Amino acid sequence: MNRVARFLDSDLFWSFRTSPMAVASALVALVCILGAVLAPWLAPHNVLDLASVDLMDAFKPPFTEAGWTLGSDDQGRDVLSAIMFGGRTSLLVGICAVLFSTVVGVTLGLTAGYLGGTVDALLMRMADVQLTFPAFLVALLVDGIARAALPQEVHERIALGVVVFAIGISTWPQIARTVRGSTLVERNKEYVLAARVIGLTNLRIMATHVLPNVLGPVLVIATLNLGLAIITEATLSFLGVGVPPTQPSLGTLIRIGNDFLMSGEWWIAIFPGLALVAMVLSVNLLGDWLRDALNPRLR
Amino acid sequence: MLLEVKDLRVEFPTRRGVLTALNGVSFSIAPGEVLGVVGESGAGKSMTGAAIIGLLEPPGRIAGGEILLEGRRIDNLPLAEMRKIRGKRIGAIFQDPLTTLNPLYTIGRQLVETMQAHLPLSDAEARQRAIGWLEQVGIPAAAQRIDAYPHQFSGGMRQRVVIALALCAEPQLIVADEPTTALDVSIQAQIIALLKRLAREQRTAIMLVTHDMGVIAETADRVAVMYAGRIIEIGPVRQVVRHAQHPYTAGLMASIPPLDRKVERLAQIDGSMPRLNAIPPGCPFSPRCPHVFERCRVSRPELMPAGATDAACWLHDQPGASA
Amino acid sequence: MIAAKELARHFDVSKPWLQRTLAREPKRILRAVDGVTFDIPKGTTLSLVGESGCGKSTVARLVVGLYPPTAGQVLFEGKDLAAARAQPEMRRRMQMIFQDPYASLNPRWRVHDIVAEPIRAFNLVPDPAAQRERVAELLRQVGLSPLDGGKYPHEFSGGQRQRISVARALSSNPEFLVCDEPTSALDVSVQAQILNLMKQLQRDLGLTFLFISHNLAVVRQVSDRIGVMYLGRIVELAQSENLFLRPRHPYTRALMEAIPDLEMTGRSRTPVGGEVPSPISPPSGCAFHPRCPLANDRCRAEAPAMLDGVACHAVQEGRD
Repeated sequence: MNRVARFLDSDLFWSFRTSPMAVASALVALVCILGAVLAPWLAPHNVLDLASVDLMDAFKPPFTEAGWTLGSDDQGRDVLSAIMFGGRTSLLVGICAVLFSTVVGVTLGLTAGYLGGTVDALLMRMADVQLTFPAFLVALLVDGIARAALPQEVHERIALGVVVFAIGISTWPQIARTVRGSTLVERNKEYVLAARVIGLTNLRIMATHVLPNVLGPVLVIATLNLGLAIITEATLSFLGVGVPPTQPSLGTLIRIGNDFLMSGEWWIAIFPGLALVAMVLSVNLLGDWLRDALNPRLR
Repeated sequence: MLLEVKDLRVEFPTRRGVLTALNGVSFSIAPGEVLGVVGESGAGKSMTGAAIIGLLEPPGRIAGGEILLEGRRIDNLPLAEMRKIRGKRIGAIFQDPLTTLNPLYTIGRQLVETMQAHLPLSDAEARQRAIGWLEQVGIPAAAQRIDAYPHQFSGGMRQRVVIALALCAEPQLIVADEPTTALDVSIQAQIIALLKRLAREQRTAIMLVTHDMGVIAETADRVAVMYAGRIIEIGPVRQVVRHAQHPYTAGLMASIPPLDRKVERLAQIDGSMPRLNAIPPGCPFSPRCPHVFERCRVSRPELMPAGATDAACWLHDQPGASA
Repeated sequence: MIAAKELARHFDVSKPWLQRTLAREPKRILRAVDGVTFDIPKGTTLSLVGESGCGKSTVARLVVGLYPPTAGQVLFEGKDLAAARAQPEMRRRMQMIFQDPYASLNPRWRVHDIVAEPIRAFNLVPDPAAQRERVAELLRQVGLSPLDGGKYPHEFSGGQRQRISVARALSSNPEFLVCDEPTSALDVSVQAQILNLMKQLQRDLGLTFLFISHNLAVVRQVSDRIGVMYLGRIVELAQSENLFLRPRHPYTRALMEAIPDLEMTGRSRTPVGGEVPSPISPPSGCAFHPRCPLANDRCRAEAPAMLDGVACHAVQEGRD
């Protein structure tokens, strides 16, 4: 059987197919991702192109005019298009942050668990210290330091990277701990001992034997962390410290709309908010399903 | 008869169809009798025990047949009623004592609570009896150790506590699933001796599930040999061990390494037991059987008299033939 | 071929430093192996038997270099093991077979890659086509089909997995194999298959075995010599047939007495009382004295030395 056929026949896919919640969340997530990724081609207006924005189009209410389905904001930008472009930024930051924290967390967790001893103690105490602060506070702190330490033009150029780093670094301890736990179990299994008898290097054993067997729980945490990362980015942007204004995210849109929430133009904040909820909820529900599906004790 | 199992069938619905884990299992146990149930892993011996005590792991379910305790059906009882029978009339001993003992309570408390759930006893009486049971199963200084927690006992001592816990409500039947497998040989011998003595003195019937033919030979009165979800031979232990009538039993006995001599090459049964989703038609042992003939491949033999035992083998359907 | 000299391995099982210091507890040292000496001539099998916690598996792991010894040394062809294992060519010549067929194969690797791992690690057959052929030959040698190479471990039964383990161990053309309870997780009929296979391979390839087991009947079938271990020490070391015909150490006798009797000759067995003491705080003198029917004051005070294949005061004094 080739890989595709094997996957379609696997227990994991079967459990996916038979779980309406998982299928529904996957569909919602897919719509969000496609909408975001294909924004430049699908969106009715290019809201990033300042030349095409006309103040005359401001404050159109939703569902009244073709091409402006969800209305427009104070600058005359189409809300639907803004959501699609904003979702693009949110998703990009979220995915990069999760990738970054997963790579850091898996590397450090694997090293700590496999080598043990002083390395383990050192890395885990670092994780413990960081875990005493809320992840959001850490992200805020890192972002703040970057703002203060870097010259403004440098910061503007790498602002997106700074947000990714800030969010990513705030969640690595959780992943490192999980990976360390699974590594402690795997490294004493006999297939690892067999590799050690052959005399393979620690690096090779960790990469080829231990790593593939500890990735299951990581996949679950990474999925759940994606929702968390998107929320964290939105919160940072809502507070005005996250992504630069030139690349608005869903959080930026909600902040802008917040000013008009009480003056009647509710749609400017509510629709980006709903988009955020749909994106985060679907990703989280997928993560929950994945956790149950990969947990043999619940099967 | 104390326990009668008639044509028991247990099924596991899976996404690839229904697996039949037990198929047409019938046997009975008399009061005070020790019935050994042997077989390789996956043969269905533990599942038979689990079905009797009403603790089949879901999604497994009894799909046919009857289980009768003193003539009354117990396989279709509501959960609450089965819980009352379990403990009071049927006790259970499992391989790992830690799954039975609650680590948060002293063993005395667990014994007292079990007894009071089933017998009308005051606290003082129950405690007195608990000490008595601990002495019965050979725990030294029982009066002091009754207030200890399970983790303060060694593996062998824990298994004794589990036996005391299974016995204290004075059940008529004990289902013991691999009770000595996790123990060292010297401790194993002590536990076997204990079980034998209890069966004799308390008139408790024991269904002893194990893969260890040596333990069965020492302890059981009768033995049932299981293969691929069926009983393929059942009879008095001496006859089954010495004069096995089913080719599988004979092969199993021959493959046990002898302690008293060195042999150049051990007898072996080639291949392995079929998985539940690939049980061949006819006799399930036919692909591995050295005496296989045409009839074995097409039709399934039921237990039939064979020598001093009953064997499910067509060899015994021909006059004058034997394995 | 391989020898152990006064081999010892202690494990520190103390609580973490901070907790221990706060509670003013001393360090707790588990003496898993405490002064074990043996040698295994080329082409022969030495077995170590004993109950759980006697240190037999720790010896197996010391001998292949999975643990460094706390004291004493392992000699591989006269060379210190650590020095020998620094050379790939020497590592290639020793391999190990493990107990648990469900944990000894990486579940995410195909059988072909599992068996080929040592070949690749030592670069024995660089050509991929030849490598494929070599793996197929190994699978045939252990009684599997070359087509099984494309499958994953979960598609096999316990006995078949153990055959895969054997194929992996053989793939580097080793001369010395350490087998740590290779059949104790298997059903008897399958156990016979694996034992027959191992004996066959020893005859065909002239292998040297260190065989670890708790099952005396199994050990009798495969061994040339047997060491009986109790609480980290070898208490009796003898030719296999001599050990079974004339067991000398009281513990050896007790072990044999404890095995359930298939023949049911009706002999009344007197199981040895008590349990194996903790290797963290072993009894004074001879570790077996609390359970020994022959123990006297000397046994309680003074550990017996290994003399003429048995470490027991009573036997050496003729009191048995």
